[in-house]
Amino acid sequence: MTKSNQTSLGFKLPELTYRLWKVWRRNFDVFMKTYKVNFVPPLLEPILYLLAMGFGLGSLISSSSSSIGGVSYIQFIAPALVSIAMMYGSFFECTYGSFVRMYYQKTFDGIIATPVSVEEVIAGEILWGATRAVINCGIVLAVVAAFGLVSSPLAILVLVLAFLVGLMFSSLAICFTAVAPNIDFFNYPGFLFITPMFLLSGTFFPLTVLPLAGQVVAQAFLPLTHAVSLTRALILGQLNTTLLLNLAWILVVTIVFFIISINLMKKRLIT
Amino acid sequence: MKSEVLIEARNLTKKYGDLVAVNDIDFEVSKGECCGFLGPNGAGKTTTIKMIHCISPLTTGKLTVAGMSVTDKPREIKKMIGVAPQENNLDPDFTVLNNLLVYARYFDMPKQEAVKRSQELLRFFQLEEKASVVIDQLSTGMKRRLLLARALINEPQILLLDEPTTGLDPQARHLIWDKVRDLRKSGVTIILTTHYMDEATELCDRTLIMDNGKIIEEGSPSALIQKHIGEEVLEVDNDENTLKAFKEKLPDARIEILGDRVRVFTDRPHGVFERFLEDSPAKGASIRKANLEDVFLKLTGRGLRE
Repeated sequence: MTKSNQTSLGFKLPELTYRLWKVWRRNFDVFMKTYKVNFVPPLLEPILYLLAMGFGLGSLISSSSSSIGGVSYIQFIAPALVSIAMMYGSFFECTYGSFVRMYYQKTFDGIIATPVSVEEVIAGEILWGATRAVINCGIVLAVVAAFGLVSSPLAILVLVLAFLVGLMFSSLAICFTAVAPNIDFFNYPGFLFITPMFLLSGTFFPLTVLPLAGQVVAQAFLPLTHAVSLTRALILGQLNTTLLLNLAWILVVTIVFFIISINLMKKRLIT
Repeated sequence: MKSEVLIEARNLTKKYGDLVAVNDIDFEVSKGECCGFLGPNGAGKTTTIKMIHCISPLTTGKLTVAGMSVTDKPREIKKMIGVAPQENNLDPDFTVLNNLLVYARYFDMPKQEAVKRSQELLRFFQLEEKASVVIDQLSTGMKRRLLLARALINEPQILLLDEPTTGLDPQARHLIWDKVRDLRKSGVTIILTTHYMDEATELCDRTLIMDNGKIIEEGSPSALIQKHIGEEVLEVDNDENTLKAFKEKLPDARIEILGDRVRVFTDRPHGVFERFLEDSPAKGASIRKANLEDVFLKLTGRGLRE
């Protein structure tokens, strides 16, 4: 009599317990060992952008036309820099960072020999990626505030948003990590996904400047577009009902890719 | 005396696509036993180990640990198992001591207990003075000892050692053997895989020899030697006259020609080769005790596997 046990490899909802926090905690402990170094890039990068693009480029823009939706150019791009920090913090943590832990360090193999399951390892990685988004976003938000570019107390909610956006980008990142044959592979999502988003998601100019097709693509397929809209609204204190659509888009994509990412990773790690 | 069966496999099969890594095997491991899986590369040893500690799902068949199915109760089983894998997967982001502490956390061990247990293990494996060193700075032997220490952090009832001494110098090897013997004495059930037949002879109560996904023989090292090889092996230089003499005086002997040397095996009792050599002296003759390597090569052949 032979009973097939292959069903355990089928696509399914992840079963998660509190143990996923132990994976999160492992990454947190490593991060805290070198926290001083870890804080430098997210601190310096937005300052450079604000100086170069906000003051430099922005001075040309405001001299030719008046403002974008009632705010100066530097006020327009500051929230975008905060959103970009969420994206970078989580996406790179769960591509390069997770890949190094999985492939080079065999950290995941070590953990799944304990009562912690593969699903929990990946969920822990995604939660940690989201945490990096919050940390990086917090630093950039502080910089932006220091430049006097935060006009609403609602801006504090950006940290909550960062966690959600971080979950989304971490889940997307893990999907790439699950199929990456080697670490150089991440150049593809980097150049084809992250860089276009960095430039075209209503970050450095309003989406309305794009042709209609471009606007549709940005709204339908670029996750950062929705993060930028929400962040900008909270920092400038300009709320409206379409923001609910942005939020719903992020929630749906996060849930879908969270489940896909865990299944893809299981397929890679459990053989 | 039949003791309690701790691990039981029935018709256990594992396929990777078309490749059958483990092919319909049955085996049992009793509590307190040290059981060795031997076999050429690709025989299915590591795959079997991975199925026992629930990280590789079975294709078909049944595998239970302490009466629990590996498919249904992976967490419960992993709680009672310690694993030292073939490939080093210590966490390079942490020091020696923190490797143990972080690992203890995965087992829900309270911090204080983890610290106490880690210090005991570092002492046991003579790694105390390396406690605050990062993994990269350890020698291969120290890494292997730390892997073993880590495998013991949860006080496992079952210890899985996948090639525990591959690539180690003799000093490090003997230290690990000593520790494995200590653990066996304390009642831990041990399953190990190895390519070193002396290691299996030293440590194992019982060995299972695997080849091409099948278990082709099992028994205690001494019983297997007795059964397949006999007591002694004669080695002489390859010489026509000597070969002729064997055919006349020891017609039932098995003769193996390896280039310019000849090995002779026989079922006859101790002393037969001495008498033979008195009658017909042979060049380069030496009589040695039969060992597990002779058994292994007889059963699995001399062909390279990879």
